[in-house]
Amino acid sequence: MDLKKSACFARNEIKTQSTQLRFVIAVAVVLLVVSAASFAQDWIRTGTGLGVEKVRLAAPDFKPSTQDAKNANLLLVFNETLWNDLDNAGIFDLASKSFYPLQTPGQPSEVNFQSWGPPQPNASMLAFGNLGVTADKVTVQGWLYDLKNLTSPQVLGKQYNDTATPEAARLIAHKFADEIIFRLGGGIPGIAESKIFFVSDRTGHKEIWMMDYDGANQQQVTKLGSISLSPRISPDGSRLAFSSATKSGWEILMYSFDLNRMVAFARFGGMNLSPSWSPDGKLAFSSSRNGYPNIYTVDGSGGNSRRLTTDQGPDVSPTWNRKTGSQIAFVSGRTGLPQVYTMEADGTNVQRITDQGYAVSPNWSPNGQFLTFSWMRKYGPGEPGSNDLYLMDIASKQWVQLTHDAGRNDFPCWSPDGRHIVFQSHRSGTDQVYSMLADGSNVKQLTVKGNNTQPNWSWK
Amino acid sequence: MHATIRAHGKLEDSVKHLIRSWGLVSALGMIMFLGACAKKPAPPPPPPPPAPTAPTASLSANPNTINPGQSTTLTWQTTNATDVSIDGIGPVDTSGSRQVTPADSTTYRLLAKGAGGTQEATARVTVNAAPPPPPPPTPSATDEELFAQNVHDIYFDYDMSNIRADQQAALQGDAKFLQAHAAIRITVEGHCDERGSTEYNLALGTSRADAVKNALIQAGVAGDRIKVYSYGKEKPFCTESNESCWQQNRRGHFVYEK
Repeated sequence: MDLKKSACFARNEIKTQSTQLRFVIAVAVVLLVVSAASFAQDWIRTGTGLGVEKVRLAAPDFKPSTQDAKNANLLLVFNETLWNDLDNAGIFDLASKSFYPLQTPGQPSEVNFQSWGPPQPNASMLAFGNLGVTADKVTVQGWLYDLKNLTSPQVLGKQYNDTATPEAARLIAHKFADEIIFRLGGGIPGIAESKIFFVSDRTGHKEIWMMDYDGANQQQVTKLGSISLSPRISPDGSRLAFSSATKSGWEILMYSFDLNRMVAFARFGGMNLSPSWSPDGKLAFSSSRNGYPNIYTVDGSGGNSRRLTTDQGPDVSPTWNRKTGSQIAFVSGRTGLPQVYTMEADGTNVQRITDQGYAVSPNWSPNGQFLTFSWMRKYGPGEPGSNDLYLMDIASKQWVQLTHDAGRNDFPCWSPDGRHIVFQSHRSGTDQVYSMLADGSNVKQLTVKGNNTQPNWSWK
Repeated sequence: MHATIRAHGKLEDSVKHLIRSWGLVSALGMIMFLGACAKKPAPPPPPPPPAPTAPTASLSANPNTINPGQSTTLTWQTTNATDVSIDGIGPVDTSGSRQVTPADSTTYRLLAKGAGGTQEATARVTVNAAPPPPPPPTPSATDEELFAQNVHDIYFDYDMSNIRADQQAALQGDAKFLQAHAAIRITVEGHCDERGSTEYNLALGTSRADAVKNALIQAGVAGDRIKVYSYGKEKPFCTESNESCWQQNRRGHFVYEK
């Protein structure tokens, strides 16, 4: 895509409080509430009711700026995408369109400040603009206004040009949404252009697929005709590591998005599973090359292999501390049922994190503070149980339950903004991929066809 | 010298002339004498003795096609023969039969000699080429069937990879079979039931396959005959959600490697 941004209009940057910090405080507050009440409590209510201040944003539909016949369809795609991106962001109190004034602006000159104030919609920020097709080219103008600043309201002014296709309209909406989120979300980039990689069996074989973070544009990446699992995208987005059943055993395979094909990677022998990337491009994975499944690390080209665990295991599912790269969490069955552990990246200082039940699939948050994992706390012989997703503060070991009474939930993975978690759930009767906010709210189903599992979120 | 040779030639001509002259005189003399004797009548010559009959001979072999190691009977008849012999046998009666066991195809020749001459007779005996040896029994087909009948999968408890007490007998039986059929190579696949997580189950399946392999090695089976593979819960043997099916899936599965 050839996306050109012309010069921005003059803008007035607003200093916002760190929304990320607010979010972290919110979770910490939640955890304190939990520990004060009781660990035996099955689940607690999380969400906006705990006094977290979200920005009240109004986002009326963009208006057509030309008379072209293509406008209608592109506006539909653009407006729907922009609304979903802002609604999904987790930092806005998005004012309902039913409260909007009859006249909404497509240009700065059309903004009527009073019509957006109390009693409704009582918005503090306003995102608006226009879209128009001229001779197969689409132009979008978008603004973000601080409605409290009557003299210099403009926070953001952008213009986008591209070919007049629905795909381009969708992408422009993602970019504009991310600009708003970046400015109002404490300087953390939005995730509207991020990707999710996952396993799908809809072709008859388990292959690696990818999609936009909102479930759009689902496409097949591998065509190996075997069983391919555990996709993990590299930090720079250029390579996808996964585990595949080859003739001699499970091996870590590599797909290059630079070259759009499989590329060579070292073969280790035995069963090699669950690769995970460090922030500086190393890989950790489980290998049975020396007998029992243990955790190993290698550099990005597959060399310099280092064995980190030496017990009988089985040890599997390592996840690197994405912030520091100096710790690894993993799963081990060394005491019986699988439990979550952490250790230093050289294998020392192994600490057990979970105290009971069946705990698997840990994933480390981008800020380094939390682990999310799948846990069946109530375990009994023959009990199929309910695997729920949990969020744990590593320093204090205090945890919050994120899913409740909703089937088997597994393979949670953090978004790059640290505000969302994507996961697989059997709640609909088949395995599908869902996303939610990291407090368990706003659950959205992203896949429908076939069985879809093991989602992995890109790093940006 | 030239002159001398010519002289010699002339000399020979003279001698020849002289001999011719004497021959002529002799011949004239004998004719005169005979003419004088022919005046008495001659007695008739005695009749010549009747000419002797040529011998006849016949030779046959029955059967004339045999397999290696089989016998055939040569039968012959002659007339007017005084000496009869068969090649490879020697002198024989003028008529008779004899059993022979030729190793290769042979043409037997009989020679009958008599006053009237010699007569030959032949008989051809064909020895069939050795029948092809029966194909040796293919051991792999039989081995694979025996394998399927005698080698039993090993079943595990939930989340466990140790060999249960009630599986020991089956394991020992499997080891005995493999020791008795030293050419067989196998893969042990580790499987898990549907509960539990994809990645952990692949690792648990590895542990189960390893446990079976190690137990076989302990029982005396060479390790380089045994490969291991894990399928976790990816290739279940049944799909019902009950304990009976779950137990079916928690196993170390033996695969015969061709």
